[in-house]
Amino acid sequence: MSVLIFVENWDGKFKKLSFELVSYGSKIAEMLATEAIAITIGNVDNAELAKLGKYGADRVINAVNDGIQIFDSQNFTSIIAGFADKENARVIVLSNNSTGKALAPRLSVRLKAGLGSGVSKLPANIEPFSVFKKVYSGNAFANIVIKTDIKILTLAQNSFELIESDKNADISQVLVEWDTSGLKTKVNEVQKQEGKILLTDADVVISGGRGMKSSDNWGPILELADLLGAATACSRPVSDEGWRPHDEHTGQTGKIIAPNLYLAIGISGATQHLAGVSSSKFIVAINTDKDAPIFSAAQYGIIGDAGKVLPKLVEAVKELKGK
Amino acid sequence: MKILVCISHVPDTTTKVKFIDDFKKIDIAGIQWIINPWDELSLTRALELKDDPSNGIQSVTVANVGLVGTEPTIRKALAIGADDAIRVNADPKDAYYVAAQLANAAKSEQYDIIFCGIESSDYNGSTVGGMLAEFLGYPSISSVSGVKIENGQAVVTREIDGGKELISAAYPLVAIVQKGIAKEPRIAAMRGIMMARTKPLKVLEPVEIDSLTELISFEMPKPRAACKFVDPENPRQLIELLQNEAKII
Repeated sequence: MSVLIFVENWDGKFKKLSFELVSYGSKIAEMLATEAIAITIGNVDNAELAKLGKYGADRVINAVNDGIQIFDSQNFTSIIAGFADKENARVIVLSNNSTGKALAPRLSVRLKAGLGSGVSKLPANIEPFSVFKKVYSGNAFANIVIKTDIKILTLAQNSFELIESDKNADISQVLVEWDTSGLKTKVNEVQKQEGKILLTDADVVISGGRGMKSSDNWGPILELADLLGAATACSRPVSDEGWRPHDEHTGQTGKIIAPNLYLAIGISGATQHLAGVSSSKFIVAINTDKDAPIFSAAQYGIIGDAGKVLPKLVEAVKELKGK
Repeated sequence: MKILVCISHVPDTTTKVKFIDDFKKIDIAGIQWIINPWDELSLTRALELKDDPSNGIQSVTVANVGLVGTEPTIRKALAIGADDAIRVNADPKDAYYVAAQLANAAKSEQYDIIFCGIESSDYNGSTVGGMLAEFLGYPSISSVSGVKIENGQAVVTREIDGGKELISAAYPLVAIVQKGIAKEPRIAAMRGIMMARTKPLKVLEPVEIDSLTELISFEMPKPRAACKFVDPENPRQLIELLQNEAKII
């Protein structure tokens, strides 16, 4: 018996969400009194693999094949399903990021295993296996029972604390099959912006709305983001106006994020916007309208014009950072 | 070639949801039902592709799993421009059940591209598209923000961490789409609404299949503590709160 944790790697490296997943999966293994096995696909060096032990993995499997150059949901599913079978996995844990969303549903059908997606807590119960997840875009939660022998869970990003352990994981490299003949899709081009903090990974997000009045006024937001090591985001009207790129749009139909701190500047907080940010640990709002709905979601607020408040805020942060 | 767009019937996204029967069911009183926003964008893109005759698209079909109450939503999709529709006459039990029904419905024709929205705005599962692809044994591309047709292939833009990939894909294909696939949802014109009444809507009986999960109850989010206001003349106070009280910077 085991809990199998699929851990994605990015060019052979893990990130915080990888460790969240291993922490989470290891806790479930503890609840089931069984082994936590982390599996990652594509070459990762031993020092990096060993890090997964530090968050509770008993064993780490690195599935390798020189042919693995791209993500293919069907081949990845076959590899994970193969290990799930071999290791008699009772629970399979993946991230609820785009890779996890591509794999978990396929695994669910392949293994006829019930899927609880986007969970943010440990199962409330093992028998029956009961999980808790956000529904109606954060306006409610649901308790769901997974009825099958094998359970699949995808964990919402930044919803589970890292738990360090003193385990020295047993690390193994396993050569797996990689069938390229069946690949029906071909990646022709990758456009990537390097060095930018990813919105979904960021601990702090600074976001601007229509209250910023014009794209020319974004300077202090970028400066603040730079000072705090934050990612920048925006509301839908801002990306629709072309003031900021579409990949910054957070909200129900844009990116759904859960940073530790979400600073909403000149954003009124319509239901659709809050749907994308309501899982943030702290929301801070700056808005001229004291009745703006964003203030009912925020812990801290400033009623005032962004153009006047922001420069003072930048100064205060500079002082804090000793710059 | 033929396109299938899977649509889900969901409460309007501004609905303040309430529950009845001991938090076991949503209170549908006063709810306005809509096509799931991502599905509506998928449909819009499918119709845009069909508008260009060089793409050679014969038809755009919509499919939904639901009881008769979802028909107004399906008719709306027909009014927007879908050619025909399939309704699988079943109460959706869980994502696996829905995907199995859609797979069965999709088998009746050779659909070259099947569109699914990344998630439905009610259960936020992000699961049906991937499950459907697996049931059918088709490749799938997720996080899709653009689909074009070039030289008898689909050319798909996929959003990845910090960028995008351009992928060419042979048919059949399941495209799981998100924001960007179409700029604005297409709106039904009066002529479309009139025509929708007579467009074919086929009702299929469900295949027998067990659900794998069961929704036990809903809960409302805990109310957040009241917002603490800081003097706009002195934002330093905010930094102090974030540092000393919230301990996050």
